[in-house]
This record gives sequence, C-alpha cells and structure tokens, in this order.
Amino acid sequence: MSLHAPLTITGGKLLLPGRTVQPGAIRCEGGFITAIGGDVTPQDGDTVHDARGALVAPGLVDVGVFAIDKPAFHFGGVTRAALMPDQSPPLDVSARVRFAAQSGKPDFWVHPLAAATQGLGGAALAEIAMMRDAGARAVATGRRWIGDSGTMLRLLQYTGMLDMVVIAHAEDAGIVGNAVATAGEMATRLGLPSAPSQAEAIAIARDIALAEMANAAIHFRNVTTAGGVALVRAAKARGLKVTAGVSPAYFMLSDLAIGAFRTFTHLSPALRCEADRQAVIAAVGDGTIDIVASGHDPRGPEDKRLPFADSAPGMSGAETLLPLTLSLVRDGVIDIGRAFDLLSANPARLLGVDAGRLAVGAEADVAVVDTERPWIVNADKMAASAGNTPFDRQPVQGRVLALFKGGVAVRTKKAS
Amino acid sequence: MTPPEYTYPDGALAFPHRGLVGIAGLAPHEIWFLLDEAEQWVEMNRGAQKRRELLSGLTIINAFFENSTRTLLSFEIAGKRLGADVVNMAVANSSVKKGETLIDTAMTLNAMRADAIVIRHASSGAVQLIAGKVDCPVLNAGDGQHEHPTQALLDALTIRQAKRAFNGLRVTICGDILHSRVARSNILCLASLGAEVRVCAPPALMPADIEQMGVKVFHDFDAALKGADVVMMLRLQLERMEGQFIPSPREYRHLYGLTLDRLELAESNALVMHPGPMNRGIEIDSNVADHVERSMITTQVEMGVAIRMACLDVLTRKGRKQEGWA
Repeated sequence: MSLHAPLTITGGKLLLPGRTVQPGAIRCEGGFITAIGGDVTPQDGDTVHDARGALVAPGLVDVGVFAIDKPAFHFGGVTRAALMPDQSPPLDVSARVRFAAQSGKPDFWVHPLAAATQGLGGAALAEIAMMRDAGARAVATGRRWIGDSGTMLRLLQYTGMLDMVVIAHAEDAGIVGNAVATAGEMATRLGLPSAPSQAEAIAIARDIALAEMANAAIHFRNVTTAGGVALVRAAKARGLKVTAGVSPAYFMLSDLAIGAFRTFTHLSPALRCEADRQAVIAAVGDGTIDIVASGHDPRGPEDKRLPFADSAPGMSGAETLLPLTLSLVRDGVIDIGRAFDLLSANPARLLGVDAGRLAVGAEADVAVVDTERPWIVNADKMAASAGNTPFDRQPVQGRVLALFKGGVAVRTKKAS
Repeated sequence: MTPPEYTYPDGALAFPHRGLVGIAGLAPHEIWFLLDEAEQWVEMNRGAQKRRELLSGLTIINAFFENSTRTLLSFEIAGKRLGADVVNMAVANSSVKKGETLIDTAMTLNAMRADAIVIRHASSGAVQLIAGKVDCPVLNAGDGQHEHPTQALLDALTIRQAKRAFNGLRVTICGDILHSRVARSNILCLASLGAEVRVCAPPALMPADIEQMGVKVFHDFDAALKGADVVMMLRLQLERMEGQFIPSPREYRHLYGLTLDRLELAESNALVMHPGPMNRGIEIDSNVADHVERSMITTQVEMGVAIRMACLDVLTRKGRKQEGWA
C-alpha cells in the first residue's frame, strides 16, 4: 500500500504502447498504472497534475550507468537505471548487489548489474546466481572485454542456464591496449595512442559466435562502428538472442570532437570516424540498435583536468540523453514512439522489469515531456555531480517538465 | 631551386602567437620569420662573445616532466646567452608526473612570475593544457607523441642553410613515425614550406591515415631513399619495442638501417640528419653519422641553440614591451 494519494495526470498527450499518441489522462494508484485513456478522469482525493498538452511518456530506463546520481537522472527523466558493476569495490558479491539495489529507493530504482567475473578481472566467474537472487537483473563484463574466449564461453553457458543476459563491452583488448582514441587522421595529428575501430567488430564477432554456441542472450552496451552494427544486424537476422545499445555521443559526435585535447570527449569506446557515426544513425533507424543509454559517468576535475591520455574516460550523460535522442526524431530517423522504445520499453524488457511503458498494471513511472522546449547545455550548471559533457554550450530541444516514480512526484516544474 | 619569397608584416603581426605549442597553426611566413630571426644568433654563437643582454631580468623556467639532456641543455644555453635567469626544474620520474599536480605545478610556476615556461611532458596535449592556465608564453619542448616544434624549426634551419629553399625538396623521414613527435612537427613544418615529405616505417610503426598530413607513405626504405635530398633518421626507442613492433634491432637494421650503401640511393648531395641521441649501428651506421660532407647531425645541435634563442626572444617581446610588439 502506498501512503501517497492516487495520482491523475490530465491534459496530456499519452504515448501508448504501439507507438500511438493520443490525448487523455492516466491514473496511478498504489504505485501502478490503474487506468489510461481518453475517458479517464481524476477521482476525489486524487493528486492531479495538469500536463498542459505536454507528452506523457514512460520514465526512462537507463542501462549501464556508472554512478547513481539522482539529481541528474531526475532532470533527464530517468526513473530506473542499471548500475554497472564497475564500482569501488566492484559488484561481484551478493551483499554489494543487495545494497546497490536498495540505494535509490523510493524515488529512483537501481537495478544492479552483476560482475561477470570476480573483481571484473576477466578470469574467474563471479557468484552470479547468488547475485541474481540478491537483485541483479543482468550480468555485465564492466568496462572491459573478457579476453579469454574459454572464460567467455563458460560465462555465457552459465548465464544461458540462469536465463540472464550478458551485457558486454565489445573491444578487443589486445588491439586496444592503452589507446584513448580511434586510429585515424585526428589521432595521428594529435599523437594520441590509438587503436583501429575494427577492435569492436572483432570482439562482437567472437562474442556472437560464443553466445550462439551457448544459446545465451548477449547485449552489446555500445555498438559504435559500421563493422559492429553489420554483425549485430546479421546476427539478428539469423534469430540469435543479440541486442545492441549505444550512447548519444556516438550518433552525435565523431573523432573530430577530440581536436583540442578536450578530455570531456575522452570516452570508452573512443569516438569514431564520421562513417561510423552515420552507420550508427542508420542502425538506430532500422532497428539494429535496441537501446539508447547515457553511460552516465560523472567525473570531476581530478579525473578530467589532465592531459587527454591520462584522464579517465566517460561522460556525464543522463541530462542530455532524452534531448539528444529526440534530435533523431527531428531529423526523421525515428518517430517519437520509437524514441521511447529505445529509451524506456526496450531497456525495461532487457532487464525484465514491468516498466518502460504506459499500460494498465505497469509500474507508474511517468515523465511529462515538452519535446520542443529549447535549452542550452551548460557544463557549469548541471544537475549531475560533475559537468563532464562533450555537449557543453550546445543548444538542444526537449525537457522533462515533471517526473513521477511509482505514481509519486519526484520532480515537477511548471510549464511556462 | 629558386628561393621562395616569404614576406611578413612588421612588428607583432609577423608572429602573433602567445606561445609555441606546435607547428600546427603556424603559417609558412611565421615559420620563415623564426628562421630569419635565428640567423643572427647562429652568427653570434660562432663568435667569441656569446652573450647579449636582451632578456636580462627575465626568468625562464625549464619544466621538464620527462627525461631530457640535450634539449634541456639547449634551452638553458639559449636562455643564458640572451641574459635571462634560467631555472631548470627536472621533475621526470618524480611524484608530480601525473594527476591534478600537473596543473598545480603550472599554477605554482605562474605564481613565481616566470616570463616564459619551457615544458616537456610525456603526454600529448599536456603543454596545451598548461598554456591555457598560465599568464606567460609557453614553449613546447616536446609533448608525448604530439609535437616538438623547436626540433622541426632547427631542422628546417639546417636544411635551409644547406639547400637554400624547400620547394620541391624531397625529404625522407624514416623510423618510428608512430611514436615520434619529431616526425609530426617536421611533417607539418616541411610540408608547410613546400617540401615533398616521405615517411618510411614498417606498418606497425606507421600512424593511421598519415597520408592525410600530406606525406607519401613508404614501407620499403630503398624506394623511399630514391632521389631524396634529405634523409632524416629517427631514433628507434628500444625500450618501447619489446618485440611487439619489430622482431629485433638487428632485423630492424637489416630493413631500415641507414648504411653507406643505402645512402647511395639518395641524391649524391643528400643530407643526413638525426635528432639524437643515436643508436649507432641500428638506425644509422657510424660511417654515415660521421660522414664529413653529408652528416648534418652536429649542425642540427648548433642550430638548436639559435632557434631556441629566436623563440625565447620573439615570444618575450610583448612582455618586454618592445616597440611594435607590446
């Protein structure tokens, strides 16, 4: 039983499963959606929120974040996030997973990802079943690729048995080495350690083959190259349990962005060339890519105010996830329904949680979004715990006006 | 070859940059200006009186975050011959190599009111990072695998003195191009001045898409030498190879060592250059390195002092409120 009064959001455009948008209201009770549609009206005692014509959409589900940074997630309309096991210490035992799973409640839900190997070392399997029962929704290899194919095969056989998906980082570590940039003219001019982008395709090819052998599900967290998306596309056509995600940086930016040694553009994987960026956009458009995620990784000056190669990779992405994905809608690559499939429905399905869609019985995670509202990203004034965004000073469109987790407001802002 | 006519405007417009972070971003006439400025110092350094009190009262700090002997010495001599107070801060291998302390060190130097800071650092981009945080001119003495602009300028000065002009000049750079900041700065500098630059290395030591920098790529040293007017050998950094990039130094010499026989393939008056320190018997044979008519290796060192004097002079003119520059 929720202690909060039931909630009715009126006067909005509802984004319904099946990608239809229709005017109406949504009523939430006890943390779940109980009624939805054009004829729903508030009842006595309800908390009423007037959406004033804005889009009423499912809260975002962000797969593969590195920190629980509630202000940033709430700003960005994220109600749930799958936490990467790359914590200090790593999420490789059930106690830490259980703690992490509770760490956001009540107004934010954290779905921990179990470390695939002990200490994320890539050698010995971690206690995955115990972590599953402690609340882990999936298994992740962390920032690293598991180099030993035998270990990866046994991992996939094990997770296949447990019916858990492995979220893999796809970069052949032998080729990547200590690279911080993608091999090409830009890295050559800057003299940065670089690796060919084919390191991704090589890793994906191997992991797809192993997943097929093990009959296991695998999700590639960031597919960023033309070669990588082609392999995923082919695997899907063959009916394998392969899914793919990407962060907006890889469809917004190419390696030209690293030009001034700006460490906010030091990401993992490194930014790719323009042809790869175009391939990623095409893959989002044709359904090869299932999920768009922020990879939220706030990093302060101690990690970023350094020479490029010495800085830590990662960007603070939760706040820009929605507006940058909406830019693909404006560019005609996808429609608004598909945008929220990428941001909410597909990630929820990957994690096996009943959220990410506006349907009776689903959890009442709702975002009220003005999809057109313009604003300018400002690294100095972000809600995140650090403003390491490569999109500083960039104008974007789309802003969350109000956010509800389990039918309770966690953020409301009057539409002006 | 006809000498090109580079003219440059008067005063600060001839070199309107605050520091010298790299050759990238310099116009050909700005490079030419620095070379012209260096000539007077070549002459002075050859005389008995090697000191002119141009920078007296100024403090120049050489902050070397990476080991160096010759470049540090060259900058120190350059500063002292111009009358400046030169302080060397050798911090290689100490705890200030990494972390926030790099910026902190820069802020400390800045607070001590240096009039110019010369920096060498093992990370590409480190000098640019510091240049953005301090008030005085910053000179790049080598940052990672990015740039080493004074080396390229001294090489250009050496070539100009021997060959007069750069148009159509064929320069072959051979060695570990991938890890070489000297190669990058030289490619930018020589291509900017109109030379035809060839780079030669095994694939593992050749950076991706280097042809986009306007060079011709060779893997066969003999082909790269054919018709070359200048042969620039790079140091093979043995500590970096570890059997990963080349099988052995012996095998490297077999394919890429500059021997007298190989030198025959180049033009008969081709110059031999090397930024030093040399691995004699590996990338260059002793009888080539010591070749009286062809080897420019000691001339390069001589030009290095002159070029660094020119850079220190030009970059401090604004601070010294020199007419036309302040």
